[in-house]
Amino acid sequence: MQAFLDSLIRGWGHDPQTWVWTQLIYVAFMGLFSFAVINFAAVTAGIFSWAERRVAGRMQSRVGPNRAGPGGFYQWIADAVKLLTKEDLVPTEADQFLFRIAPYFMMVGFACVFVALPFSHRLVIAEMNVGVFYIIAVTALIVVGIIMSGWSSNSKWSLFGAIRSAAQIISYEIPAGMALMIPVLLSGTLSTQGIIRAQGPWPWEWYIFHDPASFAAFFIYFISALAEGNRTPFDLPEAESELVSGYNTEYSGMRFSYFFLVEWGNMWVMSALATTMFLGGWQVPFLPVTDAADKIAMLSGGWTVLAELASIAIFTFKTLFFVFIVMWLRWTLPRIRVDQMMNMCWKYLVPVSFAAVLFVAGWMLVIHAVPALDWIMRIVLTAGGAITLVMFWLRTLQNIKDTGDKFDFTSNW
Amino acid sequence: MEAVLFYIFAIGVVVAGAQVVLRRNPIYGAVSLVACFFFLAGIYVLLSAHLIAILQVMVYAGAVMVLFVFVIMLLNLKEEELGEMHVTTMKGIGLAAVLVLVGFIAWKALTPVQFARDMAVNEQIHGFGGVKAVGNVLYRSSVLPFEVTSLLLLVAVVSAVVIAKGKI
Repeated sequence: MQAFLDSLIRGWGHDPQTWVWTQLIYVAFMGLFSFAVINFAAVTAGIFSWAERRVAGRMQSRVGPNRAGPGGFYQWIADAVKLLTKEDLVPTEADQFLFRIAPYFMMVGFACVFVALPFSHRLVIAEMNVGVFYIIAVTALIVVGIIMSGWSSNSKWSLFGAIRSAAQIISYEIPAGMALMIPVLLSGTLSTQGIIRAQGPWPWEWYIFHDPASFAAFFIYFISALAEGNRTPFDLPEAESELVSGYNTEYSGMRFSYFFLVEWGNMWVMSALATTMFLGGWQVPFLPVTDAADKIAMLSGGWTVLAELASIAIFTFKTLFFVFIVMWLRWTLPRIRVDQMMNMCWKYLVPVSFAAVLFVAGWMLVIHAVPALDWIMRIVLTAGGAITLVMFWLRTLQNIKDTGDKFDFTSNW
Repeated sequence: MEAVLFYIFAIGVVVAGAQVVLRRNPIYGAVSLVACFFFLAGIYVLLSAHLIAILQVMVYAGAVMVLFVFVIMLLNLKEEELGEMHVTTMKGIGLAAVLVLVGFIAWKALTPVQFARDMAVNEQIHGFGGVKAVGNVLYRSSVLPFEVTSLLLLVAVVSAVVIAKGKI
């Protein structure tokens, strides 16, 4: 970002090193970018809230919100307005100060992640050399916010929800962190853009199909991210049937909506991170961008803009695909028990993730000695993945044909 | 701008640190400690020690403090259980010790020491606190203490399991 601003200042005919207003321009643009990012987060979270309810309706053979606007699309705006105008209640027995600031802790922890998330080849707010660690670190604020909201509400349900959530997030941070270390090992950098540059546009160049351990690591990361985002089947902290609504039971109005904004916005964060680390990010086919050669930057004029747009489209498509899978899982799997949740993490995911890191380290030595094995392994795994997808597709088509299910776009959609 | 940011973070560290000690309620103390760690991470960033700053937030604010808060929350002390404020001899000694320490540090900080400054500049040039520098220190020059620390952690984990299990 600094390079971009420096070039901007140079364009105005000043030297960024000596010009007096340089620092002020930096601060102003930081504010502008933060504003843009937080709005992006809020709008995607809102749209996801509508999409999730429509998907849920479809999967449970009901309709879902379909009144406001085409297909009920404006429902999320209506909900936001309703929440904004609702009374902001604070229970008398609650700890006033902590109760009020807890949602902001969550919002800050969530919004800070977007600073390091890439959106396209050039569109990233800060290309940090510790990007992946930064993302893991700032999400810690969300846990602090959850604990504070649960404790300060002075309610049994909230406290239980917060304790469950803290235990869950702390536990699942370990396999998630270890799984994210595998792309870091393979690419040799912690920068999110650097990891994407180390991968290629084609599936066999992605880290998910690099070797069996990184294939497993992708799923370990995805499961752990579901748990960290309190998504079903790991939504124990806000289990409606046991805890009313968990740590946010006592909240209302705008503060309540922050919790849900974070939950839905987190779906973008976890999917974008999975795309970045394992699925080649924004790489455009035929225009690979590596540390050595940047094919997109070499294009001229309108083609650069087109390639840039293509990279945004590719990244968004991959991310939204995983957002859909997260929704799909929510309406498919039942909630698991607390002991099952803990067993799953400590008995299965943690040992497997440690083994995967060791395997990848060993595999890197092997392919360093025999480079041909690298390509054989990648092609075998990619072919396996492609065959699985095709079989899944055929099976689903068969099921749809057998049940005679059809999606009616015309009446009352 | 660096100076402005430094004063913001430094005042934040001092205020939050004081809150940790002065607050009666342990939850407030723990939350202030989290805030203190965040401000401290800001100072590390100003020193261009990015990795140290991130680890500060990730390990202390993220993992250690959450466990602290977790335990305090489980105890869930009420205002009545905390007892009344007393001025004791121990508190007096503590205050005196703090004043002596602060005075000593202030005296040291205000005396210019050529050697220390040179060292700081040297480390700045070699990317002190970045990923590469920390990795080099950990895995090259001090690999033995690093590995011994991991052994120590293993002992702690095993003993925690033994205490928790009772019968194995």
